[in-house]
Amino acid sequence: MSAIIRVSHLSKQFKDTKAVDDLSFTVNEGDVYGFLGQNGAGKSTTIRMLLSLIAPSGGDIVIFEKKLHTHRSEILRQVGAVIEKPDLYKYLSAYDNLSIFAKMSDIKVTRELLMRQLEMVGLADRAKGKVETFSQGMKQRLGIAVALVHNPALIILDEPTNGLDPQGIADIRNLILRLSREMGKTVLISSHLLSEIELIANRMIILHKGKKMVEGTVAELLDPAHSLIQLETTNDAAAKEKLSHSNWADALQQGNPIRLLMNKQAVPQLISDLVGLEVSVLSVNSSHSLENYFLSLTTQSGHVEPFAN
Amino acid sequence: MWNLLQIELFKISKRPRTYIAFAAIAAIVFIFQFAFKADGQSYMNLMLQSVKDSFEFERTKAINGYFMCYIILNTLLVQLPILVALIAADSISGEANMGTLRLLITKPISRTQLILVKFAAATIFTILLLLWMAITSLFFSLLIFGADDMLIFRSKGEESQILLISQDDVMWRYLAAFAYATVALTVIAALSLFLSIFADNSIGPIIATVCIVLVCTIISNINVPIIDKNVRPFLFTSYLVGWKGFFYIATTDEGVPIKGSVENWPAIRNSLSILLLHIGVLLGASVFIFRKKDILS
Amino acid sequence: MHFLKYGLLLTAIFSTVVGKAQGDVAALIQKVGAKIERVNNYTAEGKMKTNVAFLKVPESVVKIYFKKPNRLKIKNEKGISFVPKGAVGINLSNIINGAKYTALDAGMDKIGNTVVRVVKLLPVDDNADIVLSTVYIDEANLVIKKAKTTTRENGSYQLEMTYGIYTAYGLPDKIIFTFNTKEYKLPKGITFDFDDGTAAKKTIPQGLNKNQGQAEITFDSYIINKGVSDALF
Repeated sequence: MSAIIRVSHLSKQFKDTKAVDDLSFTVNEGDVYGFLGQNGAGKSTTIRMLLSLIAPSGGDIVIFEKKLHTHRSEILRQVGAVIEKPDLYKYLSAYDNLSIFAKMSDIKVTRELLMRQLEMVGLADRAKGKVETFSQGMKQRLGIAVALVHNPALIILDEPTNGLDPQGIADIRNLILRLSREMGKTVLISSHLLSEIELIANRMIILHKGKKMVEGTVAELLDPAHSLIQLETTNDAAAKEKLSHSNWADALQQGNPIRLLMNKQAVPQLISDLVGLEVSVLSVNSSHSLENYFLSLTTQSGHVEPFAN
Repeated sequence: MWNLLQIELFKISKRPRTYIAFAAIAAIVFIFQFAFKADGQSYMNLMLQSVKDSFEFERTKAINGYFMCYIILNTLLVQLPILVALIAADSISGEANMGTLRLLITKPISRTQLILVKFAAATIFTILLLLWMAITSLFFSLLIFGADDMLIFRSKGEESQILLISQDDVMWRYLAAFAYATVALTVIAALSLFLSIFADNSIGPIIATVCIVLVCTIISNINVPIIDKNVRPFLFTSYLVGWKGFFYIATTDEGVPIKGSVENWPAIRNSLSILLLHIGVLLGASVFIFRKKDILS
Repeated sequence: MHFLKYGLLLTAIFSTVVGKAQGDVAALIQKVGAKIERVNNYTAEGKMKTNVAFLKVPESVVKIYFKKPNRLKIKNEKGISFVPKGAVGINLSNIINGAKYTALDAGMDKIGNTVVRVVKLLPVDDNADIVLSTVYIDEANLVIKKAKTTTRENGSYQLEMTYGIYTAYGLPDKIIFTFNTKEYKLPKGITFDFDDGTAAKKTIPQGLNKNQGQAEITFDSYIINKGVSDALF
């Protein structure tokens, strides 16, 4: 399985705020990759950097094994995106909107192709209708048709279910699953709702204040048995270095402080291994399950201290 | 590029606001024509106030199609920047406002291409606007008022002059004048486009463009020596009226106009180069800034 | 209301001063007047050149229509011409209605190679606009070669005439009319002019000041006394 997106040490500074801070993650071919985080966590900023809307302050983005910075057009030819609201030209028809963006994607545009696309999102009968007369759901579906019209290998959807009714949300979800399972597309989808990501993603990342909290398979991350264990040692850097070369490397999460995603039952083993590694432990804290942890992030505003003692 | 330009022009053509400009021009031109048809003599009397007792001439012949077009251009070319700004200032900011800018940027087109295409579309719009002006103010005026020799009332420094251009020497001047006006208004388009990069709605850049043009025009026309010497040459608005240079016919030492001539080619060339320089700088700055801009809309 | 009417004015003066002047001057003026009287109407073709500092106009092809006693029209069939109004118009009717002049013999002079008699005409009425007219008469051909008029309100005017084949009718081949004009000023704020930073080229006619202008008509042909329609005036 090859990596479609490889992001390393990505950061973005807006004047006083660090919107994204030393973020690294990988999206593999065929993944439905969930981007989870509360509002302001840095999801949109990251997605915009992936789409070259925003220039990173640091770090690298490699998509389809090519650097985005140097192969922008080449990469974007194979990417389809809906960013936040599916805003389109209100004064144009659905057909015209689709036609315009298809032509911009360097593909041969035929009436059949466009109608087929509109058919797929259930808008064929409204092809000539102006977008300003569309409901939010219809706009969202048209936005997705626009994102897919050039048959991209990678689809990036930023909060695609925002503002939709339950039926609309279900439609989008089914469409994404079809794209992934039947057409083999790689999908990156962001959301502030864990429930949504849980239903469609196979892998996910949780962002908080621009930093990666955890990354892994959904099954693993949402396993009730798993907890985030936070360590405090006399020398965190040395301890991390030693852990990364031990059996605990997979459980070790990026960033500071030292965190491991692991079964709580294995904590005694961890401590004994740490002693063996000559790491002086000052404290060990365990958070609640990831689901509860994420809920605590999203239901409380702003300054949640996830590992309060 | 051509493909993108077609898309841009298609979008412009589908917007109602595009036609406001054309309707406005038609309305103003027709009001002018109606007014002059009804009472052009009063205007002539005003222009000739100081010498109307010394000379007699065929006033009805003087108010002809060529003369009308000059009068209309003289008035309208001051307002035309607003109409150009209406479309050009919307180039980027309008897309940002609608939310389509981020979709455009995620397409495999470079930002430089996008700016250049937007600029080309605004320029084409400007050309069409001037073409429409030529049709309404020149050709319709010729139909309504007929053709004859053309009078130019001109103030030059401390002096005023009346120039007479024979009718078979006029048309090429209009062609040149419209071509010049295209360049002049393209500066406005480039300015609007530049300003539109910084805004998320088109009202701001439209107002900013109009304000800049207005303030510079006022300063250009203050007629105080210190400003004339030190400020005026650096304001692009001083050169917007350069199209008139084509109607300032050269004269012999006896004051007889020389057919097919222009009094000051270097001045026209100079103005044209300054305007083109403005376009280049504004367009270059637009590309430079837009390439680096984070799209947050 | 035309500068050529200045010539007509002279005709009128001539008829009024007859009998008042000293013997031979009076006779001379009468003879000149009689000659002019022979032309009832004419249509002439010619070229007009206007030479005024602020006026940049090309030479124009014109038609001139005249009908006795004082109707005259210059028409440019193809374009527009500026025709200076004669100051004469101001009191032409006065003159025709019998304003009194005193004619004085001012001796002989020379215009070119032609010897001319100089006659000064003084209006009897002290309030008349014309203060003084001086005419230069070619006695051999009985034509006026030159006339100068000083007015109270409108400065001085001058007519210079050259004669050729129409001498018999007292009609000139060429007239140079020098007149006063105010400086032309465009109403302020009406135009945004293109200022190229250079000063206006001065094209004041030689021998004139900036408030003077000249109009020059060269006559190519006359059709005399064949009738001219009233509709033309």
